[in-house]
Amino acid sequence: MSPKTRMIEVRQNVLKQNDVVARALRERFHEAGVFVVSLVSSPGAGKTALLEKTLTLLRQQFRVAALVGDLATENDAARLARSQAPVKQIITGTVCHLEAAMVQSALEGWNLDELDFLFIENVGNLVCPSSYDLGEDLRLVLMSVTEGEDKPLKYPTIFNSADVALIAKIDLAAAVEFNAVVANRNIQAVRPEMTVLDVSAKSGEGVEKFLDFLRSRRNAARAVAASQRAKAFAAPD
Amino acid sequence: MHELSIAMSIVDLAQEEADRRGGVQIKAVHLRLGLLSGVVKDALLSSYEMACEDTPLQGSRLVVEEVPVLIFCRQCDAQRPVHSTQMFCCSECGTPTGEVVQGKELLVVGLEVED
Repeated sequence: MSPKTRMIEVRQNVLKQNDVVARALRERFHEAGVFVVSLVSSPGAGKTALLEKTLTLLRQQFRVAALVGDLATENDAARLARSQAPVKQIITGTVCHLEAAMVQSALEGWNLDELDFLFIENVGNLVCPSSYDLGEDLRLVLMSVTEGEDKPLKYPTIFNSADVALIAKIDLAAAVEFNAVVANRNIQAVRPEMTVLDVSAKSGEGVEKFLDFLRSRRNAARAVAASQRAKAFAAPD
Repeated sequence: MHELSIAMSIVDLAQEEADRRGGVQIKAVHLRLGLLSGVVKDALLSSYEMACEDTPLQGSRLVVEEVPVLIFCRQCDAQRPVHSTQMFCCSECGTPTGEVVQGKELLVVGLEVED
């Protein structure tokens, strides 16, 4: 008697575990009133330099902190710590991206109520981080002018998963003959209507505009949260 | 290259389902894979074989159905295929849109089993 094969229908998201943790993180962040921003880019695009600058400047007005992911070394955490903000390194070992559970365990012992902004710097990688929700409010993708204008076309998935594109090292644009028109066209091709901001952590160009953008997005998120609370209060059920 | 960890999640998930249904033997796992999932089919297929080693799923197949990207076109007021993942516009009328309605799936949808 030969065994019979039959088909069982299931419907299970492979990344279910990550999504469950990410959703719980997002709820925790919203309850604590902390605005969470993640950064993704290729290695060397300038995430850490921009983040150091951002932490240093935002710290004057807000309570800020950062988590930074790398396969090895605590070098980036050491750089970011120069901003005097609380910083924690996540060492992923061989894993090429951050997952929600890594963020969750890195936050153990932190009181999120004491924060206004939390930044999460992902591992330098334009492929794998796109699949993993970290519970962030805003995902920034950086491309530096030295990488060429076609990065968005080569890595459409990550650009599509991000909310904002930053063109970094803009102070070097002329030296490397960066074509901003082509770069913008490529970004818009893979993510129509995406906000694009030029920044240079080194010269400071565009940094104030970037910080304004972060402040306004945080305010908008807080306004939404407040109106939801008001609605819940008016109609408890 | 995160396909190996994805493949291991697929194996775990499939085995859990099989256990819940009284320990059936899995012959194949059917997966819907969106073109915007960030997972590469070929890398996933070879990772799957590795992930199955020394598990009850050893020797099973992974059957991948690739899911095209659909966007919602406001101009057409309908779901349409995207022109390409390098060009997010409606394949019918050419209007650019970032409203993705399908293509990010990474779903186990079926198990071929033997009792």
